[in-house]
Amino acid sequence: MLDRHVGFVGALREAGVPVSLAEGLDAANALMVIDLMDRESLREAYAATLIKRPVHRPGFDVLFDLWFPPVMSGGSAPERVEYEENTPVEELRGILQRLLMGNPDDPAFREFVREMVGRFGRVAAGPGRQSWFSYSVLRALSPETLVARMLNQMLSERGGLPEKLARQEISSNIRKFEEAVASEVRRRIAEDSGIERIARSAVKPAIDRLDFLRVTKAELAQLRREVYPLARRLASRLTIKNKHGHRGRLDFRRTVRASLSTGGVPLTTHLRPKRPHKPELIILCDASDSVSSFSQFTLLLTFALREQFTKVRAFAFVDTVDEITKYFAPGADVLDAITRMTKEADITRFGRTNYGNVFTRFADRYGDAIGPKTSLLILGDARSNYQPPALDTLKHLVSQARHAYWLNPEPRPQWDTGDSIATSYSTIIPMHECRNITQLAAFIENTDVGAR
Amino acid sequence: MSWFAGVPEVGERLRGVDYLADDGIATSVFLAGALGKPLLVEGPAGVGKTQLAKAVAGASGAELVRLQCYEGLDEARALYEWNYKKQLLRIQADDDAWGDIFSEEFLLERPLLKAIRSDAPTVLLIDEIDKADVEVEGLLLEILSDYQVTIPELGTIAAVRKPYVVLTSNATRELSEALKRRCLYLHLGYPTPERERDIVLTRVPGLSGNLAEQLARTVATLRSLELKKSPSIAETIDWGQTLLALGREELDEDTIGETLGVVLKHHSDHGRAVKELGLS
Ligand SMILES: Nc1ncnc2c1ncn2[C@@H]1O[C@H](COP(=O)(O)OP(=O)(O)OP(=O)(O)O)[C@@H](O)[C@H]1O
Ligand SMILES: [Mg+2]
Repeated sequence: MLDRHVGFVGALREAGVPVSLAEGLDAANALMVIDLMDRESLREAYAATLIKRPVHRPGFDVLFDLWFPPVMSGGSAPERVEYEENTPVEELRGILQRLLMGNPDDPAFREFVREMVGRFGRVAAGPGRQSWFSYSVLRALSPETLVARMLNQMLSERGGLPEKLARQEISSNIRKFEEAVASEVRRRIAEDSGIERIARSAVKPAIDRLDFLRVTKAELAQLRREVYPLARRLASRLTIKNKHGHRGRLDFRRTVRASLSTGGVPLTTHLRPKRPHKPELIILCDASDSVSSFSQFTLLLTFALREQFTKVRAFAFVDTVDEITKYFAPGADVLDAITRMTKEADITRFGRTNYGNVFTRFADRYGDAIGPKTSLLILGDARSNYQPPALDTLKHLVSQARHAYWLNPEPRPQWDTGDSIATSYSTIIPMHECRNITQLAAFIENTDVGAR
Repeated sequence: MSWFAGVPEVGERLRGVDYLADDGIATSVFLAGALGKPLLVEGPAGVGKTQLAKAVAGASGAELVRLQCYEGLDEARALYEWNYKKQLLRIQADDDAWGDIFSEEFLLERPLLKAIRSDAPTVLLIDEIDKADVEVEGLLLEILSDYQVTIPELGTIAAVRKPYVVLTSNATRELSEALKRRCLYLHLGYPTPERERDIVLTRVPGLSGNLAEQLARTVATLRSLELKKSPSIAETIDWGQTLLALGREELDEDTIGETLGVVLKHHSDHGRAVKELGLS
């Protein structure tokens, strides 16, 4: 058990979960007081002591399943007969259909997955080599093609809300099936060639380390959940700093009046309520294809900020720039907003980013929007397509703002390569590498946002 | 004191006070007691974080001491404060009182001090810690590491018995690594439809099992829609109560259309749900 414990903790660290010495000891202590035969309790004991951020949980579960595989409870004999070598696939699909309409936590579900991976999962992986794969299992059984049959069985008539709910349940169970297959495949690979080998490739980077330039659509939805608290935090930092600066002036009359009850000694001081500070923020974001998933993300950030700041104006650009604030009105739907913006906003002429032209146009059309209370936030990769950079124009814009920051989604080593003119711009405006949520959070916490 | 004898016992005793725990909840609640470590519970609004602390107190017959956090919370509100007015009045009345005014009589006990000094079993709930300023975390770190407080004028006060500490957070900001390292961590998310059905049935007696099931499944679908504010357990419960009050037996399209406002508060969410669920 101790070896396993040490190996597991090591694998977590290798997968990017920061486990301190003390936390490792907490886990070891937890093992002394819980029932080790109860696998779910063991899993949760490890999670409670070692996993302090939800983004690390999916990777944790993958590794836990590898290090502590379920002990198979022999399975009742009659059940097994169904899965004989030559059971026709159609019959197996029938069983799968029944399982998908039932409870995925049923042990029979797990048993079935094990058998199916054993039968369909072994595939040639190059000359003379075999390995285990999920896709061959999923292709053989093709759960998606069972959906229509299941709907027909579950519903007396199709359509409307009942169908929506049924589809939701079915697709959630299909996902569980796919995950169970993937997990069983990993277990088999680990059995053949050692846990360490598979562990390294099995865990995807946690969402907060995901490169903005590489996120998929599904991951964007997750990112969105991460962005909201950050936007709130940024908004509150811009306000709080201000508040600590001066707490509101003394309300002399109220203080003296209150002192009458304590013999003229002013025990309680009354302050005038401060006038609420209205932060002003201008966001300029690159919406070109070279940063398309980044710009999706920046639009999410813009949208979230729009809900927090009363005075935020947002602009998007490719080779020209247009205001997009109106699409992001509070209360609007973010996905609709992005779709409308891409269709209606006038941000592209030739379709290749041109920062110089964008800054010039921006200064012309919206330059007076920047005032002494404005923070200016530029989001983009500083790739100019070898066009003139308009450094002086940018310098002027920056000098008019209270603060200005540039967030660049490219890794620092790539700055200045090819058509990137990151360094030229960063002599004018502080530029931060911002490739993932972690860096965005660090930017918000560590820079002097909001300081005077 | 040992709080719970084992993980299964936690489940049973929480159920006894109408709180339904899953494996993750039961295990972390057990470990917090057994290892004597604070439990940090993080998750979206209305998933039962605060209620969990209350349930632990209820299930173990302990007293609940609650520190509600907010922006600007300071030591004087969290830990203790000298009753300045009373001290001043005493001195005005008696010039020789200087020696007496830093004594128990003039001490205003706040939740943290109260929990530490209590000699009865105590659950200390530090609610919504993410709302407090970062400095408060520093104060908590000190107190949660050795469960003692030093008051310069009175000396060091050590806990007679360690309180069971629950911290909750809505994750509106990242808490410090140091604080997280010191705590056990429980992420409370939305429950599975099966568990949510059971929760609704315990919280809304009189609701039919069938309707509770439909509610739980509909809410699960709503949560998959990428809404601005996903419905919480609290809202599912409200919905159940509304349906009971209206005497509805089925959650059909019309009923949903009429009562959707109970669970979705944003206009845009409402619109999205109507569209996606095909209501009109
Ligand atoms: N597991 C559960 N068993 C029984 N009731 C529950 C459970 N989870 C939540 N509830 C009920 O849900 C409601 C909301 O819970 P609670 O107020 O504790 O949420 P919270 O997470 O503290 O939310 P907030 O972040 O808004 O403070 C309560 O009425 C509680 O009784
Ligand atoms: Mg609460």
